[in-house]
Amino acid sequence: MKVERLHRKNNLGLAGWIRGGRYGLERYAYTLHRITGLGILLYFLLHIFATSSRIWGPEFWEKTMDLFEKPVFKFGEYLVFVAFAYHALNGIRLFITELGFGMGKPQRPVIPYKNAVRRQRPLLIVAMIIAFVLIVFGGLDFYLLGN
Amino acid sequence: MRESKLWVYHLIAGAVILVLLGIHMFIMHLDAILYSLGVGSQNPIDSGVVFARSKELFFMITYIILLGTALYHGLYGFKNILMELTLAQKSEKFISGFLTLCGVLLFAYGTFAAVFVFMK
Ligand code: HEM
Repeated sequence: MKVERLHRKNNLGLAGWIRGGRYGLERYAYTLHRITGLGILLYFLLHIFATSSRIWGPEFWEKTMDLFEKPVFKFGEYLVFVAFAYHALNGIRLFITELGFGMGKPQRPVIPYKNAVRRQRPLLIVAMIIAFVLIVFGGLDFYLLGN
Repeated sequence: MRESKLWVYHLIAGAVILVLLGIHMFIMHLDAILYSLGVGSQNPIDSGVVFARSKELFFMITYIILLGTALYHGLYGFKNILMELTLAQKSEKFISGFLTLCGVLLFAYGTFAAVFVFMK
């Protein structure tokens, strides 16, 4: 049996994906969520191999870790931390809204009214503030206090 | 399996990762702040500390859980993105199969490493 396609063809390609169009802030939050998700995934796959190198013993482990001593890698690691902070906090917001919370009850669009996206917006703002605080603390740890 | 079910697992995996990766990030990257508050070790990626951690049952088990949930969450998310390209059904099947295989192999390798160093 041939399954009928339910989705339409994506005609705009990448450009249609990046541009937020008439959608608001949340559309860009989604773009960033996707980019950070893929970035963390890429890092994670390499991370599995790098950290599993401990099966060859402490000397091999130390040599592997020495490879990542350069400032570029340290900055890269910090970027992963930033991506994590964003993805985690925005992810919590997505849990809440995708499960139907925080957007109020459906109601007739009688002017003046607030749509669901605007009703959940405080969540986005709070999430971003917390992510920002984490990013600042992470930066302190990476570059000022850490070793 | 129904797609909606896989998506719910994606969310559940996200929640598990939130807890475990949260702990991981605090131990590894907010270590100086934690240490100044009297928690954790001074240098969490020092070879001695790394190997000592690998020998603790708590870390061995949580590493494996984090490995599995993060692989599922990340690869399923990646699959979803690729599915938006609206490819031919054959390609979609191939992508799903390939990513599943990658996930299973990486899970086996990482689990082996965690258990091996724990037992050694
Ligand atoms: C910190 C804990 C995390 C939380 C709370 C979280 C949460 C989420 C949520 C809620 C989604 C959106 C699901 C949807 O709307 O269908 C998502 C997507 C995704 N996540 Fe995570 N995630 C976390 C960690 C990770 C990690 C460690 C990786 C990589 C290994 C990752 C990779 C992805 C990818 C690739 C997507 C798909 C993005 C997209 O479809 O646009 N996430 N995450």
